[in-house]
Amino acid sequence: MDATINFTVNGRQRTVTVDPQRPLLDVLREELQLTGTKYGCGEGRCGACTVLVDGKRVRSCITPAASVAGKEVLTIEGLAPSKPPSATEGAALHPVQAAFLAERAFQCGYCTPGMIMTTVALLQETPHPTDEQILTAVNGNLCRCCDYPRILKAVHRAAEAGG
Amino acid sequence: MTNGKPGAFDKLQAALSDAEQRDPESEAIYAPAEQGMTRRTFLKYVGAGLLITVMPLEVLGQTFRRGRGEKGPGVSVAARIHIGKDGTITVMTGKVEGGQGARTELTQAAAEELGLPPDRVQLVMADTDLVPDDGITAGSGSTPRTVPAVRHGAAAARALLIAFAAKQWAVDAGAVEVRDGKAVHAATRRELTYADLAADADQAKALQQPAPEGVVLTPVKEWKALGQSVARPNARDIVTGAHRYPSDMTAPGMLYGRMLRAPSYGAKLTNLDPAAVQAIPGAVLVREDSFVGVVAPTTFAAERAVAALAPTAAWETADQPGSKTIFDYLRQHTHEAVQPNPYAADVGAAAKSLKQTYTVAYVQHAPLEPRSALAAWDGGKVTVWLTTQNPFGCRNEISRALGLNATDVRVIVPDFGGGFGGRHTGEEGVEAARLARAAGKPVLVRWTRREEFTWACFRPAGVIDIEAGLDAAGTITSWYHVNISGGNFGGSAVGTPYRVGKAKSQAVQADSPLRTSSYRALAATANNFAREAFMDELAAAAGRDPLEFRLAHLDKADDARLRAVLETAAKRFDWAGRRGKREPGVGVGLACGTEKGSCVAACAEVAVEQGEIVVRRACEVFECGAVLNPGNLTAQVHGCLLMGIGPALREEMQFEKGAVLNASFSKYLVPRFRDVPELDIHLLDRPDLPSAGAGETPIIVIAPAIANAVFHATGRPIHQMPMRLAKDEKTAEAGHS
Repeated sequence: MDATINFTVNGRQRTVTVDPQRPLLDVLREELQLTGTKYGCGEGRCGACTVLVDGKRVRSCITPAASVAGKEVLTIEGLAPSKPPSATEGAALHPVQAAFLAERAFQCGYCTPGMIMTTVALLQETPHPTDEQILTAVNGNLCRCCDYPRILKAVHRAAEAGG
Repeated sequence: MTNGKPGAFDKLQAALSDAEQRDPESEAIYAPAEQGMTRRTFLKYVGAGLLITVMPLEVLGQTFRRGRGEKGPGVSVAARIHIGKDGTITVMTGKVEGGQGARTELTQAAAEELGLPPDRVQLVMADTDLVPDDGITAGSGSTPRTVPAVRHGAAAARALLIAFAAKQWAVDAGAVEVRDGKAVHAATRRELTYADLAADADQAKALQQPAPEGVVLTPVKEWKALGQSVARPNARDIVTGAHRYPSDMTAPGMLYGRMLRAPSYGAKLTNLDPAAVQAIPGAVLVREDSFVGVVAPTTFAAERAVAALAPTAAWETADQPGSKTIFDYLRQHTHEAVQPNPYAADVGAAAKSLKQTYTVAYVQHAPLEPRSALAAWDGGKVTVWLTTQNPFGCRNEISRALGLNATDVRVIVPDFGGGFGGRHTGEEGVEAARLARAAGKPVLVRWTRREEFTWACFRPAGVIDIEAGLDAAGTITSWYHVNISGGNFGGSAVGTPYRVGKAKSQAVQADSPLRTSSYRALAATANNFAREAFMDELAAAAGRDPLEFRLAHLDKADDARLRAVLETAAKRFDWAGRRGKREPGVGVGLACGTEKGSCVAACAEVAVEQGEIVVRRACEVFECGAVLNPGNLTAQVHGCLLMGIGPALREEMQFEKGAVLNASFSKYLVPRFRDVPELDIHLLDRPDLPSAGAGETPIIVIAPAIANAVFHATGRPIHQMPMRLAKDEKTAEAGHS
């Protein structure tokens, strides 16, 4: 039986009527057309679907829609506008996005939104993480292009920039 | 391959004359005979202007691969370059971007020769209505074939601009320079742009004039766009999440499709209760013979519908071999006889001889974006967006499956989430198109990870036998190498690069219970693993250092490139120093190899800790001719190295009775951040050599370097991938010399 769920996505109040067990990932992608959050495994083991719920990172592919009722969800689309506001392209990016762009920390880029959201969550909790804290935070995210060295550089860069 | 080959330009000119015709209404130049391009679509997209059709550079002695299933002559057009009347430059190529960097380097190639900054060049990739069929994106072919073709086409455009300007100004062409996209006559400070060229009605005629001089490509030392770490053109859309991957595509009224899969390979559906689907609101069963799927308003509903349907299905299963007995199975199911070692007598007479068998398990590419396709019908034609390296082959595959003409299928490949050689077919596109046709609405199909791990393709398992003899001085006198592989991919790098006296190698195909495909470097990984591990066993038998032993067998002038990467890696790694250390449980190994026109060497340090192999440090040196984009190239090398650690240490498809047992990322363990060793990646730039592709070869040496390091650490050679330590393994007390 469908249920009506109210929650906030990227600062905007949203109401969806969906099966309460439907994954948050599908609701974001299919009901709200927020396709920046990716499906990678469906079991919470690759991190491509990472979003923030009330500031904490969650795997949206294994998060039932009902569990985010009344909560605030932040996706990659909510970090910064996808179109720059002016000719100074790049100025509008979130510091973590800017760090990933500056380090070119992606090859195919499919894991990138999840990597960025994971990093945002890490730096909110731990603004100056140690190498070990970074590894602990990101090790659940897979990059099949294995661009890990550049991603780690981007995380460090973001941390130094106060991401 | 570059400067001023008159042959190349003559062919280009002839092609321009033959293939192009003027459209008097639009003043566009187009090539009506080409398949896959409709003039209307094309003009709608790029508008009027000049179109240069770039021919494949047969002078390079390369052969193109046609899209799968396509008959007829080879590739006739390598790319198109359109110059709009507003000066917009659009390059159209059938190549795809799956993260390897083709979009960037082809943009750089055009920009370089046009004399423009890269951001002035638009690149249209893999839209079968717009781009020429220049074959599949595979085999490291974009760099050695498409880049030079685009460069020649762009250089021809630059030559046209110069000739046009010289004529307009009645000056010598030698006095005209192209700077920042403009023809400049310095003495009189006059300028003309590509827009002026495109707007000139006489250019159609100019195209048919014989060229006064050859197309001259920009020499490496003058490169401004090439040779630079230019960023991926759509990089910003990647970090904002705005880029639409195939699985992100949408269409009005779209439904979500999901297939009913067999429980095991070879199983046939014998019964099904269609009513089961009715329990799920909005779900509709689509059944066409053995093709059974559902469409529904959401992915969740489609999944639930298939979950409701599956228990009602009855299947007739077939016997299937399992992974535990796969190597015996391969030996017993070869398609041709394995030839015995013709040098058996030499081996028998040698001072020392060795014979060894190596095994390599099935592994999967497991790109992070699973196979995905959106199909949308418009009358009798269908447009399919999908995840493939083979747009025209998939167009043909989809048209055959649906009984359509190829021209009624348009395949578009948005930049997708990783390929690695495993996306040559278009089953997800066929599924989406069939479901959409039955549903009467656009349908998106996105495979689950379990489907991908079960029904996509695999790198073949293989069994490799090697035998060699050594003379009293420790020199290899004969070499025998046979790779029995579950797929027709065993031949890559099956021959040894070493000077070994007499050599015999054979790649033998065997039946495969799993569906196989190419995978980064194909069997070059398996063959190099076996050969390089065996080289260390031979070196040990000869009482020689592995580096010195290799160099002694690379003693001819032609070996200079391979020697260079090996010696550079050894030096950077401090091979002699590290090899001489005797730390318990720690070892170092090295390996080298050559494939697809490039050379690579790696050194690795491992620690064997509580039965686990930990790669602590790795140095890899790669040389692929002139470096086109150092940043992207470095990323390809570290990506290959790290990806290669997975199958070396852990990755292995486990299956029995036709079912995959580890079809998830929790059971099939690919490399993660914590697997990254201390890395030293080094590129040897050779501006004097043609650029070779680089997305594959850097993967072939890390596994044997690790294996040899484990041999060094434990005194026991490694004979299988993924590597296994014997249960009673003791770490070496003093290392193996």
